[in-house]
Amino acid sequence: MNFLSLHRKIERHTGLLIFGILIVSSIGGLVQVLPIVLDDSHSAPASGVAPYPALALEGRDIYIRESCSTCHTQQVRPLLAEVKRYGPYSRAGEFAYDRPFLWGSKRTGPDLARVGGKYSDAWHRLHLTDPRAVVPASIMPGYPWLAEREADRGRTIQARMRTLQRLGHPYSDADIAAAPAALEGRSELDAVTAYLQSLGRSMQGEPEP
Amino acid sequence: MKYADRVVTAFTACAMIWAVLGMMAGVYVAAELVWPTIDFGQPAFSFGRLRTLHTTLVLFGFGVSALIGTAFYSVQRTSHVRLFAPGLAWFVFYAWQVTIVLGGASILAGWNAGKEYAELEWPFDIAIAVAWVAFAVVFFGTIARRKMQAIYISNWFYGALIIVVAMLHIVNSLALPATIGKSYSLFAGAQDAIVQWWYGHNAVGFLLTGGFLGMLYYFLPKQAEQPIWSYRLSIVAFWAFVYTYIWAGPHHLHYHSVPEWVQSLGMAMSLILLAPSWATMVNGIMTVSAASKKLRSDPALKFIVLSLAFYGLATFEGPMLAIKSVNVFSHFTEWTIGHVHSGALGWNALITFGTFYFLVPRLAGAPLHSARLANVHFWLALAGVMLYVLAMWGAGVSQGVLWLSLDQLGEVRFSFNDVMAAMKPYYALRFIAGLLFLSGALLMTYNLARTFAGHRTVEVAPPAGHRAGAPA
Repeated sequence: MNFLSLHRKIERHTGLLIFGILIVSSIGGLVQVLPIVLDDSHSAPASGVAPYPALALEGRDIYIRESCSTCHTQQVRPLLAEVKRYGPYSRAGEFAYDRPFLWGSKRTGPDLARVGGKYSDAWHRLHLTDPRAVVPASIMPGYPWLAEREADRGRTIQARMRTLQRLGHPYSDADIAAAPAALEGRSELDAVTAYLQSLGRSMQGEPEP
Repeated sequence: MKYADRVVTAFTACAMIWAVLGMMAGVYVAAELVWPTIDFGQPAFSFGRLRTLHTTLVLFGFGVSALIGTAFYSVQRTSHVRLFAPGLAWFVFYAWQVTIVLGGASILAGWNAGKEYAELEWPFDIAIAVAWVAFAVVFFGTIARRKMQAIYISNWFYGALIIVVAMLHIVNSLALPATIGKSYSLFAGAQDAIVQWWYGHNAVGFLLTGGFLGMLYYFLPKQAEQPIWSYRLSIVAFWAFVYTYIWAGPHHLHYHSVPEWVQSLGMAMSLILLAPSWATMVNGIMTVSAASKKLRSDPALKFIVLSLAFYGLATFEGPMLAIKSVNVFSHFTEWTIGHVHSGALGWNALITFGTFYFLVPRLAGAPLHSARLANVHFWLALAGVMLYVLAMWGAGVSQGVLWLSLDQLGEVRFSFNDVMAAMKPYYALRFIAGLLFLSGALLMTYNLARTFAGHRTVEVAPPAGHRAGAPA
């Protein structure tokens, strides 16, 4: 009965109702989400993890543009079958420079967290342009336009790197100054290939490409 | 002073247009999974962009237009006053529709923030926030000027939709722009993932569940001509829903590189969530059971009752999928897609269809053009959603089992490509299911357009003779 009379107050007062919903719906976020957002150790870089070089960053932004993460995850779960299939399971420290994170939620195609170095550059170029030329049963779309477009058509790589620098990615001013030259004469296909080849390398004990 | 209903008609019409366009995009991407070359090498037809367009149009075009329209309709009638600031309501309408048109075009052009169900880039995020605040002012302004003492239940749910989605949208969209069409999230890696699924899951929670429960609490009693079965249950279910839903997001990140305690907490709260979800379902079913006779003849009521059944199914399946040992198999598979569509088609689309079959004849002041067509639509929709869900269950369970299957030597038994190739019949069935559902929506659009043809929105006045402070 008491709770009904308390509720009678809330349901007769617009401000109280708004306030009540705001408070009650915030608790979960305050207890569960905020502590993780405030604790940067959750995205402290693991050893060997570095910000994406200009060409790989361009490739990553194209990967986002084409929504590749709709079908490809980048998250190996700590399960025997997944580790056998893809490689070491994913660690939080590997994603320190991922804005946004691209773990995905659906594996229409295989996971890509450890794809770097698994295939040759030539394979990737062929596969991205015409997937069924190398994997006959593949249902991946072809991306023939990647080869035809030069990388960084909008000349925005420096603006993008400066934005990331402001967000705390340790790019030096020299890195940013050298970025246009690193993309000079490269295609979008080169960029995506460079990005894919960089994925998961830090866990393989191999030098960065 | 008459109710401001022309803006309701406008939202209803746009919701149907977005439903058809969004579902067409969905059917097309379903076809691309069967015939992968039908994008013809065109970036705008490519699967990634078209799938993002599909989710954006159905969620924010169809879903939100239907929610705002029905909120404006019901808040006036449960408050017995005309909308507060009708001009601002028209601003909400134009701002929202322009945002969806330009936002949809920007996705096809390759603008993408990279976060699921929040792909629109920062200029659109700002436009959404502005339109949403205007929506809040109109809605709560109307409530504040109501002639009844109590704020009716449907308005609690619509209110929760407005407040919580504003909070989720603003926090999850925090980003630093680099160019007009490109920004980088303020959060990185695992932190970004936690924020994203707090947003993503609660967009489902407060938009697709809470918002549409607002629709249910107004339109179900109206159509059944029965009061809500238990007022007390409504109160408990509402606050338990608002409190519990927000914790459940991390079940999207089971076995991912986020802290274990967050995953376990997310799982526990997801299981608890079953209680308020089903409390509302029981309340709805008991309400309609007193009107079982009408159920046989009224196509609109049939849609709403079927939507309640799918609501019950999806809100049971969700907590089950949130159990870690089930999630091991279901995660990353088509089962997730099936689950989403049993909710989105079975619950959200069906309740909207039922509501519009009720609403449009009243707005037009004319009977529904064809009850027969509405009945055909009912069976097409039911067949479509059932076939869709069954196909995805088959596909998802197969993927889950085959991917994790090991041979006697402890090596993976099936290559990824073999499992992918085995999906083809399921994908073909899903394409057919989508076609069935879409054809029903097309019939409905025709039926509603014919109902409205030659009519203008009927403007009615609030009931006269209010005693000040009289209870509802």
